[in-house]
Amino acid sequence: MYKVVVPGDFISEEAERAGEGTYVEDGKVYAMNYGIVEEREEIKVVALSGKYMPAKGDVVIGRIAEISFPFWIVDIASPYEARLHVSEFAEGRDKIEFGSMSRYLDVDDFIVAKVMDVNVLMRIELALKEEFKMSGVGRLVEIPHTKVPRVIGRSGSMIKTLKEKCNCFIFIAKNGRIWIKGSEADMNLASEVILKIVNEAHTSGLTDRVTNFLDSFRRDKEKGEEK
Amino acid sequence: MKEGTERKLIIDGKRLDGRGFEELRPIKIEIGVLKRADGSCYLEVGDNKVIAAVYGPREMHPRHAQDAKMAVIKYRYNMAPFSVDDRKRPGPDRRSVEISKVSREAFDPVIMKEYYPKMAIEVYVEMLQSDAGTRTAGINAASIALADAGIPMTDLVSSIAVGKIDGEVVLDLTGVEDNNGEADMPIAMIARTNTITALQMDGHLTKEEFKRGLKLAMGACHQIYELQRAALIERYSKSEEREEKKRD
Repeated sequence: MYKVVVPGDFISEEAERAGEGTYVEDGKVYAMNYGIVEEREEIKVVALSGKYMPAKGDVVIGRIAEISFPFWIVDIASPYEARLHVSEFAEGRDKIEFGSMSRYLDVDDFIVAKVMDVNVLMRIELALKEEFKMSGVGRLVEIPHTKVPRVIGRSGSMIKTLKEKCNCFIFIAKNGRIWIKGSEADMNLASEVILKIVNEAHTSGLTDRVTNFLDSFRRDKEKGEEK
Repeated sequence: MKEGTERKLIIDGKRLDGRGFEELRPIKIEIGVLKRADGSCYLEVGDNKVIAAVYGPREMHPRHAQDAKMAVIKYRYNMAPFSVDDRKRPGPDRRSVEISKVSREAFDPVIMKEYYPKMAIEVYVEMLQSDAGTRTAGINAASIALADAGIPMTDLVSSIAVGKIDGEVVLDLTGVEDNNGEADMPIAMIARTNTITALQMDGHLTKEEFKRGLKLAMGACHQIYELQRAALIERYSKSEEREEKKRD
């Protein structure tokens, strides 16, 4: 059972365990977000909504929004834009000259990147991951970042089911962008199921239902082929 | 004011709409009514109908008004031309600019602005139908819409007006009572800590009446807070039920 709290709700007396989404006043822990309480070592309130805020170490899918030497300005589905320095790209190659950056990454290209640093002024530095360039392969599904843990499932159960039953390569980034690669029909199925998960997040037994849904889909399809 | 005092607002210890002196008008709350807003809330208090929408945090325009250390709150209170008996001339006027400012400042102590440097958090509150006490209804709706948008806050803000009619201090004035009464005093408050974040007064109250009115309003804010909280909590228990129904 989920415990939903609203901002200002008292959660606990143990101030030293206060984590994300909470604040401490007079030695007591209160909720700062409208969300669900998660009590492990830390007491957290996982927000039910809100914009993606990058944190150091997050792996995100970004869209090149602008080129401004020596940076690529990257849209990472957050209120803040991120920056990618040319040196990130040029490793082991010739130096990228002013004006030739678009040959490597152009506006509207999608990349997989890791958040290297977020400073107090919300200046965000990115680094490229291997297999960073997503040009023209597969498709992109965008979901609210708050639903990402649900699509991954407890210790990856949901995503494992999805990958197996949909026969797709699926990559979920922290900022709510999902990269799917597979045949057209498989990708259609995968995106449909992901939207189903998003719409039915915060219901119990979702993984089982998704498994059933996918199994029955496969069965129907096989039947259809037999006819 | 003079011809107004001739009209009786209290008959046999009851108000014109049959309420007691310390009774609120019925309140109805709906959350997430606007699909494209980050957070939204539709709220009715008696004959008042307001809709609040929250957008953001998003980039602050104009840029020179950005704050490098924290988010800027924008609050727009607006009355629809059809919200009152005589058509209201559309657009901001002296009154709505003032209410926007006061309401924005009512949220200042609760919103954790330092989490979003350089951004704007935009609150739009539209009055669709109005029968006195729209600014307080707007604050109540905006509070829920902000929570729905996932904006980090220390608390919710609750708001209500008290006034004086026929020499009695009463809660939550209607339009007729407001126009013909002696005083109207809207307040906004953080229920958990009893912190008053906005207080205005129009008309005359004695020191004793002010104290009594304030106590009355603060009590009512606690009631409203419970309604706001219940609506937010119910939203997620409801979505679970809905899913269960769909499955059956």
